[in-house]
Amino acid sequence: MPNPLNPNSKKDRIDSLAATAGDRHRSGDHAQPGGGVAVATVDDAGHVEESTGVSLLASAWRRLRRNPVFLLGLAITTIFVIVAIFAPWLAPHDPAKGLLITEVRQQTNPIPAARPGFPLGADNAGRDIFSRLIVGSRQTLVVGVMATLFGFLGGLTLGTLAGALGGWVDSLVMRIVDVMLSIPSLLLAFSIAAIAARPSQWTVIIAIAVVQVPVFARLLRGSMLAQRASDHVLAARALGVKRSAIVFRHMLPNAMGPVIVQATLVVATSIIDAAALSFLGLGNPDDRQPEWGQMLGAAQRFIYDYPALAIWPALCIIVVALGFTLMGESLREALDPKSRR
Amino acid sequence: MTETIENIQTRRGEDAGPLLSVRDLKVTFQRSGEQPFVAVDGVSFDVRPGQTVGLVGESGCGKSVTSLAIMGLLPERGVKIEGEVLYNGQDLLKLSRNQMRDRRGADLGMIFQDPLSSLNPVVPIGIQVTEVLERHRGLSRKAATPIAREMLEKVGIPDPNRRLTDYPHQLSGGMRQRALIAIALAAQPRVLIADEPTTALDVTIQAQILALLKELVEDTGTALIMITHDLGVVAGLVDRVNVLYAGKIVERGNRHELFAEPRHPYTWGLLNSIPRLDGTRGQKLTPIPGSVSDNLPWASACAFAPRCSQPIEVCREQQPELVEEGTRALRCFNPIDDEVRSGRTPDAQAPTSTQPRDAAYPTDDPKGDPTMEESR
Repeated sequence: MPNPLNPNSKKDRIDSLAATAGDRHRSGDHAQPGGGVAVATVDDAGHVEESTGVSLLASAWRRLRRNPVFLLGLAITTIFVIVAIFAPWLAPHDPAKGLLITEVRQQTNPIPAARPGFPLGADNAGRDIFSRLIVGSRQTLVVGVMATLFGFLGGLTLGTLAGALGGWVDSLVMRIVDVMLSIPSLLLAFSIAAIAARPSQWTVIIAIAVVQVPVFARLLRGSMLAQRASDHVLAARALGVKRSAIVFRHMLPNAMGPVIVQATLVVATSIIDAAALSFLGLGNPDDRQPEWGQMLGAAQRFIYDYPALAIWPALCIIVVALGFTLMGESLREALDPKSRR
Repeated sequence: MTETIENIQTRRGEDAGPLLSVRDLKVTFQRSGEQPFVAVDGVSFDVRPGQTVGLVGESGCGKSVTSLAIMGLLPERGVKIEGEVLYNGQDLLKLSRNQMRDRRGADLGMIFQDPLSSLNPVVPIGIQVTEVLERHRGLSRKAATPIAREMLEKVGIPDPNRRLTDYPHQLSGGMRQRALIAIALAAQPRVLIADEPTTALDVTIQAQILALLKELVEDTGTALIMITHDLGVVAGLVDRVNVLYAGKIVERGNRHELFAEPRHPYTWGLLNSIPRLDGTRGQKLTPIPGSVSDNLPWASACAFAPRCSQPIEVCREQQPELVEEGTRALRCFNPIDDEVRSGRTPDAQAPTSTQPRDAAYPTDDPKGDPTMEESR
């Protein structure tokens, strides 16, 4: 305790206070070289920007950037896409070669266990599971994206027709859509995939795309109708703008928001549906090309003795579908003006 | 641009008569299982080049429906339009849908109330201007861009080069309304309909926009139809005023006549219900009692009778006719006379648009789907 009568005591006290204050800032913010001051200004800047009013997309992005759910979804999706693209280089072995076939004993040991170089072991054909999972991501990505894309394009066409023309076209299209929606989606996908004479990756894509069409069509038609009643479309009509220009320049771009968000969610369902189809043997019959759903189906025979065989592909499907869902849901939330905080 | 202004002026010289005349316009909304609703009933008025004609009235009196009918923008189903809308002697109501589409924007332009929602949020301003030029003058976008820039400059948008690529949300409210005016005037329509163009704006911006409209009308000889419920706007801009009540014109006159000597009790009531800056402190406002829902049917009475300040017996028994007298017209059995007027002169001098709006005077005039509004 310094002597209060000492002329230097006040100075000491201030010095010590200054030191602790500095410590607090430093300990609180290791990454920020500027310390507390810099943090404050950064926060302030954010507030000012928000109050001046920003576009829907910019403010959505500002909220998404801080949303851990979105970031998790984005991380999963990004890793998945990177793995899928570079799969042949990432996989340690050829997924189609039965490298451990010599270990397989039909009666005693159908599934070779994990060993150096084969971290997850091999399947009953002696093929490296880890490599098959990595390469299998490719098919999953292709099916998920392509099915969504085709479904999106189909829904875009139908929804635009219905929403732009209205009248009997609208009624006709919407009744067809209603009929499609009345059949459970997976059942419809099975039926379509089962029609195909030679099942392949493409029949799976088409089956799933067809199932997604009514969802997109309905959504787009709804927002097109909302656009049709909007002021700027009336203003465009008052300028004598042609109907095609009104539809494609004034209505469609403004109606796309919810549809694009839906697309990210549909990727997840497409992946799950594709897995389900392959699981039931309606997918690509050629198992030299690995696919998660098909791996899951093949694992059924060994589910009691070797559950890991099923768990790995199932886990992949769950995580990837979750990633897309998390991303899509937070995107939808961020873009929905009603749930804006 | 100067060349076109000359053009219009020579055109104005030839045309001594009205550019647009509306004759007995009647708009009926019909829905199956519902009583047909007559939103506009026998409205007639003329607009000359360079003239500003006002349609004034409260919400639901048929102002917006009149303008939409002239533009041919009412839905085809469930709406019956009778009468004539003569543009240069040609009946616009008889044109086919495609012919009318060619006229809109080129001959007839329209400005809407809310500048933000009337602009396409995902298209830059420049393209929204050039779109009209591409459509009606057959120009390429490249050729239309300098004209678009010129238009933006003309309506007082600073730095038009930058604004061409800006989106509507990047502009302020006043700028948006200026942009909207630029778009409406891009193809140089000879008739411009402004449907409450200042309602969504601040009072200071309102004055600027009105000044701009006035200037544009004077410069180019455009005929302007001004739809408003704001008597301040009427006082500042309009040459001839048509007061509408329940779908019919109840009084018409030149601006100064009408403000100095209102004859219809409704006009008188409107003028009286404006707060005055020079009134005594604490002076109460005199609203028009009742609401539009009290109206009597025109067929057998004067619709305004239940709300009128001086109704007589005949008002509830017979429909008053619109009687023309010189420059004025009146639809009333018992007009306001000099005695009442001298008792409390509402406004010998016109109100200004910067006055605060009256609470008793409905300002919310939703102009979305007219059928929805009228059937409420």
